[in-house]
Amino acid sequence: MTVKRWFLASTLVLLAVTAWLALYVTPPRENQGFDAVRLLYLHVPCAWLAYLAFGVTALASVLWLIPRTRATTWDLLAGASAEVGVVFTALMLIVGSLWGKPTWGTWWEWDARLTTTAILFFLYLGYLALRRTATTSDERGMRCAIAAIIAFADVPISYLSVTWSSTTSSMCASTARWHSRSFWRCLRSRCCTGT
Amino acid sequence: MNYVRDVWLVASKDLRIERRSRVALQQIVPFGGIVVVLFAFALNSDRTLLPPAAPGLFWVAILLATLLAIGRSFNVEEANRARDGLRLSGLDGGSIFLGKAAAVAVELFLLEVVVGIAVVVLYDVTPRSALVLICAAVAATIGLAATGTVYGVLAGGLRARETLVPLLVLPAVTPVMLGATRSFQAALDGSPGDAWPWVQLLIAFAVLVVAAGTVAFGPLLEEA
Repeated sequence: MTVKRWFLASTLVLLAVTAWLALYVTPPRENQGFDAVRLLYLHVPCAWLAYLAFGVTALASVLWLIPRTRATTWDLLAGASAEVGVVFTALMLIVGSLWGKPTWGTWWEWDARLTTTAILFFLYLGYLALRRTATTSDERGMRCAIAAIIAFADVPISYLSVTWSSTTSSMCASTARWHSRSFWRCLRSRCCTGT
Repeated sequence: MNYVRDVWLVASKDLRIERRSRVALQQIVPFGGIVVVLFAFALNSDRTLLPPAAPGLFWVAILLATLLAIGRSFNVEEANRARDGLRLSGLDGGSIFLGKAAAVAVELFLLEVVVGIAVVVLYDVTPRSALVLICAAVAATIGLAATGTVYGVLAGGLRARETLVPLLVLPAVTPVMLGATRSFQAALDGSPGDAWPWVQLLIAFAVLVVAAGTVAFGPLLEEA
């Protein structure tokens, strides 16, 4: 119980610090929607959390498929993790779209990363629909494990698509790198001057 | 050799059922045709819009018809508990998968010929670079049939199977849609050289799905 309280307290403190750093310390960027660039502090963690959640789903599915490690826990973990992943993929798409409107002038760009992420979202919606349709654990196990592994093939494709094609999301990635450098410069300057 | 014979047994069984029931001929082929006509209505029958959009519209029509073909392929196994017969036949799961996928692929090839003729006539498209078109169509059809067969057995025996299969299949076949449309576009534009990387993508996808389906179909059939 004490550990849980520590986690809760440290989470709240870190969230407050992150909000202060993202909303106050870091500078706006003129050609990236001015203050909208701060959305990257939400967008990128959402993306990583989604990838992590789908990774856990795939790993739990593999462990379910191996007869020696097969246990209902892995199946339940895979399902729960996929739900988390779908929520964060949806958030990633929504926040990215909100950032895209002032930056690109449109809510949606048909570039490689956005498209592969949208497909990822639908693949896991299908996976969750399959889980809901197959009600008993006997019906669910094998089908869902295989569906999860097939769906996970899109995760590295989605991540690497920016490297494979020089489209608008590459600009987003370079903005994130630029913002990281600006952030440290501003933090140093504010800490030194006390402003 | 026995493996090939088993594949042929399953494929010929499915094709014989289709030949006798005529569902593919009387329902799936006309469905592909009406989709092509409806697309033209949606684009206001505009002669300047239809030819450049033709490759995409052709493959969307084929994709929608694929869902019907997959549904049909697994519906015949539901009747009279034929699925249990398939399970008890002693045939290897991989050979059953290859047989069922081959039967769906043959139906789709026939459908593509009919829908292709409809597209040429109705959309005013001039076919060029026949070799690219054939290679892309073969690879894309194998990919579609194999993916559909994997997800068909995955959803087999479940309630709401009819609505679940499209939700599972459509996102998974995006590489096929992309590769087939781009390679057809390049071929029709008279630049077949641009089509070959997309044909390679289609071949890679087909090989991967056929390999995955051959391994996974047996255990999935046991579960279904």
